[in-house]
Amino acid sequence: MPDRGRKFFRSQLKRYYILYTGGFLSFVAFAGVLEIVGVPNRMLGYLFLFSTLLLYASIGFMSKTAEVSEYYVAGRRVPAFFNGMATGGDWLSAASFIGMAGTLYANGYDGLAFILGWTGGFCLVALLLAPYLRKFGQFTIPDFLGARYGGNLPRLIGAGAAIICSFTYVVAQIYGVGLITSRFTGLEFGIGVFVGLAGILVCSFLGGMKAVTWTQVAQYIVLIVAYMIPVVWLSVKDTGNPVAQIAAYTSALPKVTELEKEFNDKTTPRGAAEESVRAIFREREAAAEARLAALDRGGNTYLLAERKKLADRLAHLKQVSPPDAKAVYAAERAIRDFPKDEARARELWQHDRTTASAKTVPVLAHAEPFSASDDLERGRKKKNFLALVFCLMVGTAALPHILMRYYTTPSVREARASVFWSLLFIFLFYCTAPALGILVKYEVYNSLVGSSFSQLPAWVSNWAAVDKTLMAITDVNRDGIVQLAEITIGSDLIVLATPEIAGMPYVISGLVAAGGLAAALSTADGLLLTIANALSHDVYYKMIDPNAPSSRRLVVSKAVLLVVALVAAYATSLKPGDILILVGAAFSLAASGLFPALVLGVFWQRANKLGAIIGMLSGLAVCIYYMWATYPLFGVNAPLWFDIQPISAGVFGVPAGIVGVIVGSLLSAPPPVEVQEFVESVRYPRLSAEVAADVPKRDSRPLGL
Amino acid sequence: MQLSDGHRDYWRRNRRLTLALLLVWFIVTFVASWFARELNELTIIGPMGFYMGAQGALIVYVLIVWYYARRMDKLDREFGVAEPEDD
Repeated sequence: MPDRGRKFFRSQLKRYYILYTGGFLSFVAFAGVLEIVGVPNRMLGYLFLFSTLLLYASIGFMSKTAEVSEYYVAGRRVPAFFNGMATGGDWLSAASFIGMAGTLYANGYDGLAFILGWTGGFCLVALLLAPYLRKFGQFTIPDFLGARYGGNLPRLIGAGAAIICSFTYVVAQIYGVGLITSRFTGLEFGIGVFVGLAGILVCSFLGGMKAVTWTQVAQYIVLIVAYMIPVVWLSVKDTGNPVAQIAAYTSALPKVTELEKEFNDKTTPRGAAEESVRAIFREREAAAEARLAALDRGGNTYLLAERKKLADRLAHLKQVSPPDAKAVYAAERAIRDFPKDEARARELWQHDRTTASAKTVPVLAHAEPFSASDDLERGRKKKNFLALVFCLMVGTAALPHILMRYYTTPSVREARASVFWSLLFIFLFYCTAPALGILVKYEVYNSLVGSSFSQLPAWVSNWAAVDKTLMAITDVNRDGIVQLAEITIGSDLIVLATPEIAGMPYVISGLVAAGGLAAALSTADGLLLTIANALSHDVYYKMIDPNAPSSRRLVVSKAVLLVVALVAAYATSLKPGDILILVGAAFSLAASGLFPALVLGVFWQRANKLGAIIGMLSGLAVCIYYMWATYPLFGVNAPLWFDIQPISAGVFGVPAGIVGVIVGSLLSAPPPVEVQEFVESVRYPRLSAEVAADVPKRDSRPLGL
Repeated sequence: MQLSDGHRDYWRRNRRLTLALLLVWFIVTFVASWFARELNELTIIGPMGFYMGAQGALIVYVLIVWYYARRMDKLDREFGVAEPEDD
């Protein structure tokens, strides 16, 4: 593209997005006015969700394209800064937006593994992959494996690995979309999933990567604004300092630590009150334990006897005159809730035991790493912390939807700069989440604990009405005062409820919901496109029909995108268990399957086809085997290797992949001369021989090779 | 094509820079986390072990990526492998 054209394009982009940001802020202000005028909250929720969806849809529509290079890599003219912002939107997922601060609230230091892993991984992207992939300059990650190792098999395995890890991850995203749409509009979860899906498809269907890029930039702006406003507000309220990222450590954290000590000290009045609650939970734990033991001995006979006791009690209560309606009701309910058979009873009482047991332990010290009662357990926690950080980092550097973004910059130089912008925008988010965790903790410890049950803030009952597992408060020791051990707060609630906790107007809650939706949509977009491209470009075009004209390639791409989206939404509507398991699996799979072959492909010229095949397969096999054998979900329950939790399966998969590449390569002949030259060409932004042949070609080869 | 000595030197320097930055990355991530409990004894902006994990290491990551991009640009030009300036 001529010099003037590109400059003009950039200044236009800046103008558009500055206008856009201004427009969005005025929209928030306008919604604020509507709230003051008295528009009901539910209407405001609808307004936020549907107007942002409409906004993304129109950007998606304006970016429609019929050109292959625009569809796959946005025409390779995304400036470093905007590509960084789009990567930020791509990267910050629903789980991060909704759950990260809550995870930190619940786990203190040990939750920081996610923060470290999801930022530090970009060092690996910058140093080991992004510039080289950009120099290679094709369309997908399997493209690189195909060109580097030759033949269809490495490409096919690469496409398979890309699809497995992206699909696992996209299900987690669509789950988040469904959760937010259903909570803020009152639609049913299943319908929420499909409404969200429509939002995802309008962004990517017509314009592929080009449309996804420009909507992701827009979505990043919405999500970062939505995340920052409540945090700044809360920080000013609690500490008087708007820079939460500093105030949280200098002002709130010391006070939180102080309160933790007080709660754990039985000699203080508050410590004694906490202890009295803990004592009741210890009794409940023991009672559940005793019931389970009796069930083991007596089985069904024990169940029948217990039920009879309840029935006798009810009969007795009914005879008393005057009858105590409350007691009769409670007794009737006890009979109704009594487990029907042995399996149900065991499940219920085991659940009782674990929930009670969780409340018997002293308050966790937020800033204390690897807190445990003995050195052995501490060592185990430390090992798992480091293993998780490792998996998340290496997985970050191997997830195709992120790596793919660095194909879209105009040059290698901009690809490097773009990783910097990406990380900066991501940093902005991840350095705020721990601060938010601390501030909310301060708010709960300081304002909620010690308040009277008759004057609970409104947000407590509002959220308790939505979902008892997210928010529950009961006066366990019946002293009328809230103790910390009496509060249950789900980690998914922290961010969504922050506006209410800080006493902000409802409009901010709507904004936060829109931000969560933006985070989920932007990540899901990138992932769906990755999967569809692996199928349409790598499998269909490169393997099945290499002569397909570009119009047919686009039709196939879009059809595949639609099918993949529907399959993903269907898989999500089945509500597949734990989001954290899905996310962890995606990272470990990407790390084990793709990272070794990609990095060694650049840095080790001797690596060859057999090495890549063995490396990718052994990495994936070890990772999948370990997860299958150790996640209780699959029922195998094999012993852990070195006490490493299944979420960090990549710790074994990555070395297996590296060893596989090395052994396979050394067992077979070195790669042919063309491949060695290919590796050399990737290492230099420009080799002098390419000046004539290659550089002009780069801008004028929309159809690939 | 045949690589010149300059090209080899460029690649050697790139690798050295990459390795040095990876070492920094390794220290702030894994060494700092390993000694997080000990670092917590030190209080500058909050307990240092916690602060490093929540913010300190992240700042270093940003600096690593920034420095790499800057240094490699210079190296590209020095060794004549920079892309044609078209913007």
